[in-house]
Formats: sequence, structure tokens, C-alpha cells
Amino acid sequence: MVNSNPATIMTDKDMADKIYIEPITKKTVEKIIDIEKPDSILPNLGGQTGLNIAMELYEDGFLASRGIRLLGTSPEGIKKAEDRQAFKDTMEEIGEPCIASKVVNTYEDAESFAKEIGLPVIVRPAYTLGGTGGGIAYTMEELEEIAKSGLHLSRVHQVLIEKCISGWKEIEYEVMRDKNGSCITICNMENIDPVGVHTGDSIVVAPSQTLADKEYQMLRTSAIKIISALKIEGGCNVQFALNPNSFEYAVIEVNPRVSRSSALASKATGYPIAKVTAKIAIGYTLDEIKNAVTGKTYACFEPVLDYVIVKIPKWPFKKFLTASRELGTQMKATGEVMAIAPSIEQALMKAIRSLEENVDSLILPKLQNLSDEEILQDLKRVDNERIWVIAEAIRREISVDKIHEITTIDKFFINKIQRIVRIEKRLKTEELTEELLTTAKKMGYTDKVISELCGKPQEEIKNIRKEKNIIANFKMVDTCAAEFDATTPYYYSSYDEENEALEETGKKKIVVLGSGPIRIGQGIEFDYCSVHCVWALKRKGYETIIINNNPETVSTDFDIADKLYFEPLTPEDVENIINVEKPYGAIVQFGGQTAIKLTKALTDMGVKILGTKEQDMDRAEDRELFDEALEKCGIPRPKGGTVFTIEEAIKVANELKYPVLVRPSYVLGGQGMAIAYDDNDVREFISEINKVAQEHPILVDKYMLGKEVEVDAIFDGEDILIPGIMEHLERAGIHSGDSISVYPTQHISIENQKTIIEYTKKIAKELNVIGVLNIQFIINRGNVYIIEVNPRSSRTVPYISKVTNLPVIDIATRVILGEKLKDMNYGTGIYKKSDYIAVKMPIFSFEKIKNADTSLGPEMKSTGEVLGVAKEFSEAILKAFIASGVNIPSKGNVLITVRDKDKIEMLPIAKKLDGLGFKIYATSGTAKFLNENGVESETVQKIWEGENSIPDLIQSEKLSFIINTPTKGKNESRDGFKIRRLAVESKVPCFTALDTVTGLYEALEKGLQEEDLEPVDIGRI
Amino acid sequence: MKGYLVLENGSVFSGERIGYNKDAICEVVFNTSMTGYLEIFTDPSYASQGVVMTYPLIGNYGLTKEDQESKKPWVEAVFVHEIAEMESNFRSKMHILTFLEQNEIPGLQGVNTRKLTKMLRQAGTMRGKITNDISNIDNIIKEIKNHEVSNLVETVSSKEIYTCGNGKTKIALLDFGAKQNIINSLLVRDCEVTVFPHDTHYSKLLSDEFEGIVLSNGPGNPEDCKIAIQNIAKLYESNKPILGICLGHQLMGLATGAKTYKLKYGHRGPNHPVKDLKTGRVCITSQNHGYAIEDSSINPNVAEISHININDGTVEGLRYIGKNIMTVQYHPEACPGPEDSNYLFDEFLEIVRKK
Repeated sequence: MVNSNPATIMTDKDMADKIYIEPITKKTVEKIIDIEKPDSILPNLGGQTGLNIAMELYEDGFLASRGIRLLGTSPEGIKKAEDRQAFKDTMEEIGEPCIASKVVNTYEDAESFAKEIGLPVIVRPAYTLGGTGGGIAYTMEELEEIAKSGLHLSRVHQVLIEKCISGWKEIEYEVMRDKNGSCITICNMENIDPVGVHTGDSIVVAPSQTLADKEYQMLRTSAIKIISALKIEGGCNVQFALNPNSFEYAVIEVNPRVSRSSALASKATGYPIAKVTAKIAIGYTLDEIKNAVTGKTYACFEPVLDYVIVKIPKWPFKKFLTASRELGTQMKATGEVMAIAPSIEQALMKAIRSLEENVDSLILPKLQNLSDEEILQDLKRVDNERIWVIAEAIRREISVDKIHEITTIDKFFINKIQRIVRIEKRLKTEELTEELLTTAKKMGYTDKVISELCGKPQEEIKNIRKEKNIIANFKMVDTCAAEFDATTPYYYSSYDEENEALEETGKKKIVVLGSGPIRIGQGIEFDYCSVHCVWALKRKGYETIIINNNPETVSTDFDIADKLYFEPLTPEDVENIINVEKPYGAIVQFGGQTAIKLTKALTDMGVKILGTKEQDMDRAEDRELFDEALEKCGIPRPKGGTVFTIEEAIKVANELKYPVLVRPSYVLGGQGMAIAYDDNDVREFISEINKVAQEHPILVDKYMLGKEVEVDAIFDGEDILIPGIMEHLERAGIHSGDSISVYPTQHISIENQKTIIEYTKKIAKELNVIGVLNIQFIINRGNVYIIEVNPRSSRTVPYISKVTNLPVIDIATRVILGEKLKDMNYGTGIYKKSDYIAVKMPIFSFEKIKNADTSLGPEMKSTGEVLGVAKEFSEAILKAFIASGVNIPSKGNVLITVRDKDKIEMLPIAKKLDGLGFKIYATSGTAKFLNENGVESETVQKIWEGENSIPDLIQSEKLSFIINTPTKGKNESRDGFKIRRLAVESKVPCFTALDTVTGLYEALEKGLQEEDLEPVDIGRI
Repeated sequence: MKGYLVLENGSVFSGERIGYNKDAICEVVFNTSMTGYLEIFTDPSYASQGVVMTYPLIGNYGLTKEDQESKKPWVEAVFVHEIAEMESNFRSKMHILTFLEQNEIPGLQGVNTRKLTKMLRQAGTMRGKITNDISNIDNIIKEIKNHEVSNLVETVSSKEIYTCGNGKTKIALLDFGAKQNIINSLLVRDCEVTVFPHDTHYSKLLSDEFEGIVLSNGPGNPEDCKIAIQNIAKLYESNKPILGICLGHQLMGLATGAKTYKLKYGHRGPNHPVKDLKTGRVCITSQNHGYAIEDSSINPNVAEISHININDGTVEGLRYIGKNIMTVQYHPEACPGPEDSNYLFDEFLEIVRKK
């Protein structure tokens, strides 16, 4: 197993015999191959990354020279599907229609072809993940912009220019084939958003809803023809565009591998696509593989559903206030939720509340103030709020036909929204009869929304439901619409009678809450933790119950927990399950903020919270209580205060003296957090935070410059176990999730480390922690301060578990169940230091989100992470840089543009780079400063200054990297912002924190190359 | 209006009345197809049966005559979870409710179809009555039990001989309740199809005029088709290439000494895996049958099993030894369901044309 991502279950020691958390680059993978000498490579389960690296290894004959086979799909098959021209030729050969298109390698060719077929055209770069760099061009100017960027981003400098068919239905099929040529389709899916929106950004339903059998079978037959022509052995995804007014269709794309849609299809049907793909790859045929769900039938059948699923993407726009929310061919979502129900209405409403956007229905208050004219205008915009705009349009009695005409969304779906909206009106105006209440529940309304609409208290509605027996019953996902007896404990709620979740094992039951959709600040790390918790509980003989709604996770595999409830994580939905299961207790500390938020609700339901209690968790979040606790322990923290208004904030800030850190409480990922340097900043930030209604106060703290240090620890009430101390490369002020994190610490004195251990134990004891906690420290002038304590698992747990070889979650779960650390074999206090150094580096997706500011600050922006592991720090950090895609040559050109107060600090870095032989470009102020201080640099003109300007320099592709520190504020019109965006779009690494560059220098200084790095088998650490 | 389905075991399922408001007694079967409701409702093999659609959303894409598998719906009643309020498809000419009303088909929506399906799976196919009055369940059960259906094939089969198309290859089709797409599948392959009533004397079919014979699908217990079985025995003796589909497959079996039996709850759906024992390849097939040929009753000197069902091992296809006869239990003509096995028509016509 080779993967650079430490947050995954798959890079766990027990998952494979050998695990390499290494950069997925040709050089490194070749090295690993030469160490391990495998017979074959399985490239079709690791997404586009896996497929691309396999093709690179194949293309230059490396695989042939080592006698290694590619399993699953042949290189020819991959090429036929991935290479635009080869794909077109193949489709032509088998008579499958494609969209009028042409592969071009230059902008000039793109232009002339676009003129030939007419605008609008879609630009799709070859070999990029998630369609990076693509887009629809309606004008020649747009074509120039998109095509040039696409050509640049493509690994082979190739883009496809194609006729735009927006408005057609977008339909996907998940197909499977074995070596005998037997083919099955697992599932088809229909995008509610017609062609034009990336399928990853579309609301998707499965199965298709508006296709008659003739159309369904036509596309199914085509999909099977394609997978047969490509001779794929395993899973494959085929995307079609279907003209809504005829049988005309076109194959948009084929993924000769398991994809995001496959994961969705697996959860939607209960058919384990990846597992079967792997078995097929090693030679099994479909009729030899058992259907794990029924246990009786075989993998060779097509699932039939007796429910529908709705998927809604989770977008990061709340994190990127400057970013464009418009959706197109470039995917922007970071995650997704799925909901299962017997009707579209109920599934849609469940999915909406699973998003955790504080919206539980189709009512979006901010739209209510718009005029009808504005709503009609908004309907034209394709963005993440479109379904709410449609709902609002329906409230204004704009007709389904009119909405269809504007949006081109099928009337079937608009009618479904209409049916949901109709209930709103009935609830507002009619008496709440049994019939109305039942209908509302079947349409997916929560008691909370019903209460808001009809004016009755939520509790009363719950009581009426109890009395009239309008309760949620759970149905099984069984792959076969009840045709065969199934034993899979995979459930969803419905308001039809008969509860199928009745299996009782007699064991004590524990509910583990999952962490919902993947978003910035709450990624798969929490899935890792939930899954490990379930495994630990199972080993201890408990019956485990998982509640989650994310189809991309391991926790929602039906064979992880004893029971899986695929449901929204809201108090009501969770209570429905609690009512049926009556568990012994619940564990919330592993499911991120999503699970923590439910602690109070669970306590109110009478569910025992296992591990740290609700009131103690609150003591870590509530400023006053937390200060009290710290004071009791004699632990210092940066001074601060709690405020609600701008005036209060300014008063506190001036007392503390600027700079200060401003942030809302009770959030994960530093949402809304910023450093304020003056009153104006405070005004700006507070009004930004208050755009969303705040239940909790805003915190204003003295900003302390210093080294940030982080620990994860386990406390059992008496003893503490600290796997290790991690140090952040970037100083305080940059969110820990966006910092480069190093284990073990490199620059922290023994004395400070001792203090950290002591504080950790003290505060854990004071807060009555049972289980895990995460603490962020700051070291300022040799003194240790606590910044925050999170009595829950953190995003560093998976990586620290891997590099220290300490099963943190397993131990924590046992502690939660009552075991004592001293009775286990891991010792107490700080765990022994690893011989290896691990560098965790954040991954950003800025190029995908137009106009997002790339500068780092207290608010987290990264969407993932990689790990570099080596004996030496310089090697580990270089590995991490390489794995994160930052390719730094040892010589080249660097552009430096920093704010005035950073100039002094930047000087030694510039000197070092100069010493390494880098040529330095700088804007006039910085250049003057550098030249005066003995660093030779060439002046470039700022953005508006015409020739020889920064944009020219960036686009000329001469730069190795850019150092740009951001000036304050979130204003996108500033130069720095433009430079950073230009860098992202031109794929030039741009560092916005000087500490990052210092780290990079340590790697460069040694003159290390990727060739010099030794891959490390994590299992041997 | 509220209505009920009463099963012969006394269970009652409620729902909202849809379609035509009348009582009806039927054999209650379930179909797992997610698309193709119109094809199912108009398939003559469903004569006398009430169909439970396991897929919860029915009527989404409306309907158009061109998708009908015969001139009218043959189902006795329909039981669904939800009928779409607004249908949407470019070909749709009518809402499904209008169609049911016009054709006097009663039905219920809002039925807990999953629970009903599970009951049929566990207890086996049952008969039931759709009614608005459940004041005397015992009487209803008695009524259900006394209800007899016979001559189903006679009801659905064509009363007269007629010819479709004018292709090169002349095919005779013995109509036990043929789906339109069997005829269409032949027509698109350059055939002229002459359709004969179910009880047509074999001599007419064996006329030199016809190069091949197709035995169609149809409703009910195959053993009831006494005359047809006798005729088919004579067809077997000839040298004519014959393709049997579904009931046609069962009748050829009975005509050559094999036995049929009733399956617990039948195979009705679009997703039945069938393995071709010669190639090892598996095709996903569309199926609709309540009876099957008992594999132990097949005389190995007469026929060999060519296809089996992966799920339960039942006989799905036979090749008759020394003959140009192939018969399959499933529906190569699809509609609804996968088109993967329509190559059987090609294979059959290849044999026909070689002769």
C-alpha cells in the first residue's frame, strides 16, 4: 500500500503487510517497487492519482523492465478511456456517440475549432483530477482564459474543446465487468442539475427518475458496450448526456476505475463495488463472489432499490468569503452527504439537514426579502443555493414551467420541491391534523421545522406523534428490494410501518456518532477515529451502532459496526434511533464537532455519555469556565475577554493592546478567526462573524507571537499518556490545520516539554477528561501558555498514532470503558520518542475555488494533508513537500514581496536563497531593502505598472516559487490577493508564511533530491 | 378514497384507491423493476395477477402507447407506494392514473410495498382482493379461496392469424400472450412474423412457408395448455428451428417429457443473473415467471441445460439434442429490463437462415 495521506484508515499498520506513507511520485514509487518487488500493481482503486502514476510507470517501460503486471485494467484500456483522442476514436469504432469535440495542444487550435462548432464550448484539460482547470466559454475572451489555464494544468498540455450541451440530462452508470466478459450495472444516477455542473457539484439522485425503460436500457447497453470495448476488469463509471427531448445521447466521460460516484453507488445500493473490483482483479469472476448482503446470492446481479437516495455536495464557501459560489465544470465541493428514504421529498430534506448548514428545510431566510424580479434573476444563477431559490420561486407562485424554462431542471424534480413547499403553507394555515402531520413527516419535515411553521412547541408535536404513533421506522438496505432475505444491518428511517431494525444480540450497545460530510476543518481524520473506536468496542464485546451520513467514509461501510444507521446527525434523527436501540451509552468524542454538538441532546434523551461528560466539555469551550479551570491549575493563557458587540470588542482589544485574535466560540477549523491589528479590523471581523446569528459569545484574545505546540493525550482520571509532542513550523496565528506539523519537536527545550506534559495532565484532571484530549500551546519567550483545550479527538490523532505506533483510539476507547492506563502495556506520561521524524503538511485546493484567498491565517483553509517520514528532519520535510505537489528545484528564480513589518525577518531567508544560487525578484520596496542589505535582487513592477510586471513574470513560467506575506484584511482588490491568485492559477508555489520557507530551506540546504530519500515502511516503525 | 388489499392469509394492506374503482381478486406478485411499469402492466403474462411494484415511485415519466407490450393492460390490479404527481418525459402522452382509469384497472397507492413484498417472499405468492369494504374479512378470504381462473392463455392469445412486417425470413409465432417486443425483435432482424392463436394446429405451423417457429410467453400454469403441448410435441418431431420464450420454454419442456413446478414467489424483475454454461458468461436478464422446469425431470438424451439462474440454480435455458431448438425461461426481448440477451434472436435467426 502506497499513499501519502496519513489521515486514512488504509494507511494503518494493520491494513496491509507493508505500508508506505510516501509521495505518490514516479521516482518514489519506483524505489518502493524495487524494495518490495511486487508481481503486480492494482491501479484502479486509488482514484485518478493511482491511475496516473501507474500509467507513468508503464509508459516509460519501468513496469515491463521489472516484469510487473497492471491488474484490473490494461494500460491500453486506461489510455483509451483517459486520452481524449484515443477515447473519441474508440467510441467511434464501437458506434457510441460523443459530443463534437477536438483535442488541441495550442490556444490557436482551440480558437479555430471553437469558431468552427460555435460558442459556447466546454474546455476540458486531459489528465487532471476533478476536471481541474476546465470551464464553459461563452465568449472568445473566456475561451482564451480557460483554454490557456487548462493547457497549463494538463500533465500532457492537452485540452478538449467540445460543443456545449448544457441543459441535457446528466446520467451516470456504474458498471462492473469480469475476465469472462460478464457485465453488470450496479446503479445508475441522475443529476438534478443538468449537464454543465460537475457531477461532484451536482445534487444527484439514484436511481434515475425521469428515464423511461427505453432510455434507461439504451444507456445501460451503451455503458456495457463501452466497458467491454475497453476490456476493463473491475468497476468503471460512464457519464452520459441525454437530450431531454429525444433519444439522442452522448458519452461524456469514462472513468476506468473506481470513483467518487462508485463510493456513492456502493452506499446507495449496498453493493461493495471496490471489494468486488479487487476480487475481480485477482481473477475471480462475478458468479464466484458472494453477495455479502444477502449471503445467499452472488455478486453477479444488479441491485434493485425500493427507496431513493439523494446526494448533496458540501461546499466550502463559508470559508472563502471572496470566492465565487458559481458552479460549473470545475468541482468545488469538499465532501458530500447522502440520504436514503422512500420518497425524493424525504430524502432531499434529510440530505439538506445532514449538511449542517443551519438550514433544515427549503426555507432560506435571506431570500425572503428579495423581490420577485430578483428571484427570477437568481434562478438564472447556477450556484450552491439553487434549490432554495427554486423553493422561494414556488412560494412566489412562479410556475413550474417557468422555473424549468430558466433552470432547465426537469419538471419532475421541480414538482418535488413544490410538494415540499406546499406543506409549509399547509402547516402555517391549517390545523395540525393527524393526516397533515403524517404527510409532513413523510415529506421529511423535522419536528423543529414543523414547530416553527405551525407555532406549536416542538415538544407538543413530539407528543402528538407518540400518541398517534407517527414514528420513524427503520428499513433495511438489502440490494434486492426485499426479494431475498438479507441480514445486513444497514438501515434508514421511513414513516412506513414495520421496523426492521430489531436484531438483538443481547450485548451492551454503544452508539458511536460519525462526523458527517467532509469539510475544511473536519476531514476523514474523524472517520478514522470513529472507525477505530468501533473496532475497539467490538473487541471488548460490545454491540456497536454507527450513525453517519457521509457516503465517502469507512464508517458507513455496512461491515464496520454491528449496525449502521445512514441518517442525518440532528437531535431528532438521532433520537429516533435511540428510541429503537435503547443503547447503554454513546461516545461522542471521536466524531468531530458534529458529534460534540449532539452531546447535550443525547444527555437530554437520557443517554449516558461515555467518556468526558457534557458539562466538562462545556468547561473547555466556555471562556469563563475555562479561565477558572486554568487558574485553578496555575496555567497561564494569553489574556482575553468575551464580547457580543463591536463596541465591547474594541474596548477589550484596546485593553489587551493590538494585535488581538478575534474568533467565534464553539467552532472547528478556526472558522471566522482573524488577527486584528487595529479598531477597523475588529469592526470588519466582528460584523463578518455576526452575519451568521451567534448563540455563543465572540472571543477576543491577545495575539502572542511564538512557537505553537500541540499534544494529543489520553487521560483515564488518574494517569496521562501522551503519544508525542508536535511542533508547528509556522508560528501562532496560522491555524494548526494549515501549519506544517513536526513530530517529534525539533526546537522545544526539555524544560518547556516538561511543562507541557505537566500542564497537560493538570488540565486533563481538572476537566475530568476520560478519553482523548487535544491541547494547543504557545511558547512565548521561553514561557508555555495554553491557547485551547479540546476534550475530543483531533485531526492529528491518525498521524501521531501511525508514527508512534501507539493505537491512540483503541487505548482511549478502553479508557472510556473504564480500563486504566497503568493496566495496559503502554506506560504513562510521555510515550517513547520515535526514531523517525514525521512532517505533516497541509494540502490546499485553491486552484479549484475561483477567487478564494490563498493567504494563511487563523482560519483553516486546507482540504487535506500528506506526511513525510524519515530519519532526518530535512528528509522528512522534503518528502512532505514533494508529496504535497510542491516541486522545488535546487536553483531558479524566486519572487519576494512582503509587507513592511516582515522585511527584517525575510532578510536572512533571502540571503540563504541567494547563497543557494536562486535569482531573486522583488517589488521596488522589497528590492531596495534587499539590495541595501547585500542581497542582489531584480526589481519587478507591481500589478498595475505595465511591462515587466509581476503577472508577466508569473505567467512566463520562470519562477520556482513566490514568497508573499499578506497584508491585513480580506479585500480581494488588493495586489497581494491578485498575486496569490495568479500564482495558484499558474501553478507556481506561493508561500504566505516565512516559517514555511525556512522549513523549505532546511531541505534545500542539504542539497537533497527526491532520489536520495529512502521510503519507510510504516509497519516497521 | 381509502381502499384495501386483503390477502388469503388474512393480512390487510391499506392505501388510497387509484385507477378504476372496482373490486378484484388476483394472484398477488411483486416485480422489482425500477423502470418499465407500462411494459409490465401491458404484458399479457400478468393476466389475472395483481402486481406490487417494489420500486416506490411509479409514473414518473408518464406513458406512451409505443411502450405498450400489448394493446391493453392485463394486470388485474396494481399496488404501489407512490404515484408521481407530475410526470415528465418528452414522449409522455398520458398520466399513469388516467391510463388505469380508462382501462378499468383498480389499484392502491400509499401501500407499504416493502412489507407486502416481504410477506409474499416469506409465505409465497398469495391471492388477494382489492376492495373498499373490509367489514367481513372471513367472507373475503372465502371468496378469494373460491376464486378460480382458467383459460388464461385463451383470454390473452390472438383470436386470429395476422402477419407483421415484410422481412426476408418468415417466422411463425405461436401466441400464448406474446409481448409486442418479441415480434419487434424479429422484425428489426429482417423477418416477417405471422402470429397464430395458441391452439393452432401444428400442421399450419410446419408449413414450408415458415422457416422458423417462435413459442411465446404467456400467463398461468403451463400444464393448463393441453392442446398446445400436444401441438408442440409434433413441432419437436419436425426439423424446424424453434425458439421458446418463458411459457414457450416450459411448454416445450412439458411436450418432451419434462415437468414444471410452481416457484415459491416467482422471478419477476430486471436483474436476474443467468449463466451461459457453454461460455461461462453471465447475462443480466429480465424475467417474469411463476413456474419453472424441474431440472431432474429433463431427459439428458432430449435436452441439455444451457443456462442456469445464478441466484437459485433454476433452469433458465435448454438446447434440444439433435434439434435446432433452443428455449429460455427469461425474456431476451427485454422491455422492461436489460437488452443483454437479445443476441439469442441473432443466434436463432442464424440457425434459421443456415437451413
